[in-house]
Order: sequence, then C-alpha cells, then structure tokens
Amino acid sequence: MAETLLKVAGLQAWYGESHILHGVDFEIRRGELVTLLGRNGAGKTTTLRSIMGILGKRTGSIAFDGKETIGMQSDHIARLGIAYCPEERGIFSSLNVDENLRLPPVVKPGGLSIEEIYKLFPNLLERRHSQGTKLSGGEQQMLAIGRILRTGATLLLLDEPTEGLAPVIVQRIGEIIRQLKSRGFTILLVEQNFHFAATVADRHYVMEDGRVIDTVASSDVQQSIGKLQTYLGV
Amino acid sequence: MFELLGIPPQALFGQLLLGLINGAFYAMLSLGLAVIFGMLNVINFTHGAQYMMGAFAAWLLLGLLDVPFWAALVIAPIIVGLFGIVLEKLMLKRIYHLDHLYGFLLTFGLALVIEGLFQWKWGSSGAPYPNPIPGGFNLGFMFLPTYRAFVVVAALVICLATWYGIERTKLGAYLRAATENPTLVRAFGINVPRLITLTYGLGVALAALAGVLAAPIQQVSALMGVNLVLVVFAVVVIGGMGSIMGSIVTGFGLGLVEGLTKVFYPPASNTVIFVVMALVLLVKPAGLFGQTK
Repeated sequence: MAETLLKVAGLQAWYGESHILHGVDFEIRRGELVTLLGRNGAGKTTTLRSIMGILGKRTGSIAFDGKETIGMQSDHIARLGIAYCPEERGIFSSLNVDENLRLPPVVKPGGLSIEEIYKLFPNLLERRHSQGTKLSGGEQQMLAIGRILRTGATLLLLDEPTEGLAPVIVQRIGEIIRQLKSRGFTILLVEQNFHFAATVADRHYVMEDGRVIDTVASSDVQQSIGKLQTYLGV
Repeated sequence: MFELLGIPPQALFGQLLLGLINGAFYAMLSLGLAVIFGMLNVINFTHGAQYMMGAFAAWLLLGLLDVPFWAALVIAPIIVGLFGIVLEKLMLKRIYHLDHLYGFLLTFGLALVIEGLFQWKWGSSGAPYPNPIPGGFNLGFMFLPTYRAFVVVAALVICLATWYGIERTKLGAYLRAATENPTLVRAFGINVPRLITLTYGLGVALAALAGVLAAPIQQVSALMGVNLVLVVFAVVVIGGMGSIMGSIVTGFGLGLVEGLTKVFYPPASNTVIFVVMALVLLVKPAGLFGQTK
C-alpha cells in the first residue's frame, strides 16, 4: 500500500465568527484519487481552502508528506507541492490564456510542460492570445486545471470542476482527471455530481455539518448506493 | 513671421513645450500613483512629498557629498524608495483591509508631516539646483533648452519601460494577477505581501525620480509637491484608476491641454484639468482607459 501523502486530523475552521469545520479527519495515499462528497454547506470547499491555507483561522493538523502545515501561509504550502483549482476557477481577466497558464510558478520538477498542457487541451492553444475570461465556461475550467499541472505539485485540489458544464465537457474533464491520475498525480476532488465522482475516484469521503461521517470505497459504491443517496439528498 | 489664430509661434510653441514638460511630470507621477493604487488599493497622497524628497535627496547629495546629477538620478530614487518600503511595512500594511478613506487620511497626514519637517529644517523659499546640461537648440521658431528636451525624452523612456515591465513581463503578470485576486495568487506560491511592498517602493521611487528630474527646472523646496499631487490625482482619475497606459497618455495629454489653455485663455489654465476631470467622469465614470469593476 502506498504511503500517506495527506493526513487531516481534527481540523476545525472558521470564517470570521462562523465555525464551519468541527473536526475533519481523512487521509489520502500517494497516487490516489479521493473525493469529498456532501450537500451544499457540508464544509467541502472550506476543507480545501483550509488545506491550502487561505482561511483565517484553523486548528487541528494537516500533514502533507509528513510535514505539518497548519501554521503555514498559503504561499509556503503551495511550494511544498499542493496546487489548488478553485470552484470559481479564478481566471485572471487582465491576463491572456497563455499568461494565465504560465502564472503559477514551478515549485518542483516533474510538472507538465506547456506543450504537454496544450496537447491535453487543444482548445487553449487555439485561444492562447485571448483574454482569459473571454473563454467559455468549459475552456475556463480546462485553463484552471491546466495551469496547476505545470507547477510540479504532486497533490491537486480540484473544487467542483464539472459545475455548470455541459455533459460532453463533463465527460472530457473526467477523461482528463483519469489521465492525470495515471500520470501519478494525487487528487482530492470536491464534487456535488456523485455520478461523475463515482466514475473516477478510488474512495469517497462523505461530509456533513463540517465533519467526515462516512467512507465508501469505489468497489462498494453499488452496495452503498442507497446510503449515499440519502447522504447527498439525491 | 506667421501667426496662428493671432498667436505668435514663439508663444505657442513655448507654451506647448512647457505643457509637454509639465505633462512629462504628470505622466511619471500619475504612473507611480496608478501602480500603487492598482496593487494596494490606496490613493497615495504622500506622492507629492515623496517627489519633493527625491529633489531634496539629489540636492543634499550634491551639497554634502558632491554627488553629481547623473549619479543622484539613480541613488536618490533608491533612498526614497527604501523610505517608502519602511513606510509600507510600518504603517500602510495595517490599513489595507479598511475603507479607502483610512488610506487617504494616513497618506495625506504623512504628506503634511513630511513636508512640515522639511519646511522646518530648510524653510520654504527653495534652493536652486545647477542645470546638468546647459545650452539648447535654436529651432528657428523657438529656443529648445537641452535639459528640458532631455526631461521629455527621459520621462517617455521611464513611462514606456514601466508599461513594458507591467504589461509584458512575468513579474508584471504577477502584479496584474495579484491586483485582481491576491488570495489565489498567494495560493500559487507567490509571496504577495512582499510583492505589495516592492510595488509601493517602486511607485515611490518613480515619484522620487521625477523629483530629481524636476530639481534643475524648479526650485528645490519643501512645498514643491503640494499642488502637484492634486493635479496628478486628477490625471489618474481621468486616465482610469490603476490604468498604466491611461496615466501615461493622460499625463502628457493634459500637460499639452494646460499649455494650450495658457496660450488661448490664461485665466482657465489652473482649472482646465479639473474641468476635464468633471467632464470625463460624467461621460465615462471609470476614466478614459479604466475598466468598470
């Protein structure tokens, strides 16, 4: 069994006065693709933001590759090899597609080259001189994923990459995520779309009220489908 | 000799040159102000005082250490830029999360303190700075002093170099991105607080550089930046808050407009820029080159 890459224990987090996470525990082994499932407001995005260090107050433990990161600033955390693709995509309007793609600095060797990224997303190559925010939703999502592949980060945090996209684009993003896993990336995926998540993940953590309340292995999804539907309210 | 609309050419071109030189200073100063506003969201009303400090630094370097103008052109902006960095670290960084008004009050108050201290130490009458390149060219229709021609060219080079640095380099891309979404840029591994400090230092150094260039033209005095900062603020508003190209074009353009007003209707020359500002805000509230947020 592969070693643990990320171990989150007793994680609590706050937005201002609001207490959002109440002790989140889970772990991801190197090379795994794990999802955080749950209803709106369960704390999935907050968990990703806490791991990335872009939340004001958090306590507990987040160990990446054996190193404790709970007290670190987000730029230090990124340099350890964690990359974040936010739910709102965060494409910069003052930068063109190519500049957006080259913006995150390379923090470690082993990332994809610009050519490889353009090969993975040919649409982006065609539109590389366009303003980043002029792309379609699907293209912006591909740009948001593409730009973190260059950095050499080993753990990718993807927040709802399929949200609001047409089925054919969702399918394409699914293929890309599978390719990334086969290239050795470790991926933590937040998803509302359980049917999408079920096709790509090794394991699912179910979140509710700021805690992880259950774990379902990919091989057990069929037996647990009723339970999962109850959790997710679908 | 021909006349244009009843104006002798010497008067017209003389005022146009003066307008171009004023425009060069407006452009350099508004550029620094725009860079700082874009990144820090603070309207740096200390800019005029920092421009004055640049001129004073050059004057003191010459008087005390015999440092020539050309060396002061490099050393003075570095000294004043470092002063800006200290200011940012000690004070400005504490107010980023607050309303614009606090930034205005802090920087305006600092300008009063700095100008007051200089006035207390060196008085307000001003001191001359020797012209480093005396002489000039007779163009037939007017006399062009060499140093003034140098100032216009130097300002253009400085402005275009700054534009290039921000719009065409990697560091500039970090800066533009951090202006939009500092949290995400930081989560990519870029030390945004350091970027902000350096940006402020750079903006202040630009003001000081303009001050050094102004020293041989104007008297070096504690209050030389007081009125200028108001005009430069108007330039930034007209160009579009935070827009680099807007600052450059508007700076030079308004200098010329002011020069022409001095020729055709002198009483309006001090107010014409503010009239233009009011008109632009009525038609394009985000400024000529600004983007509506």
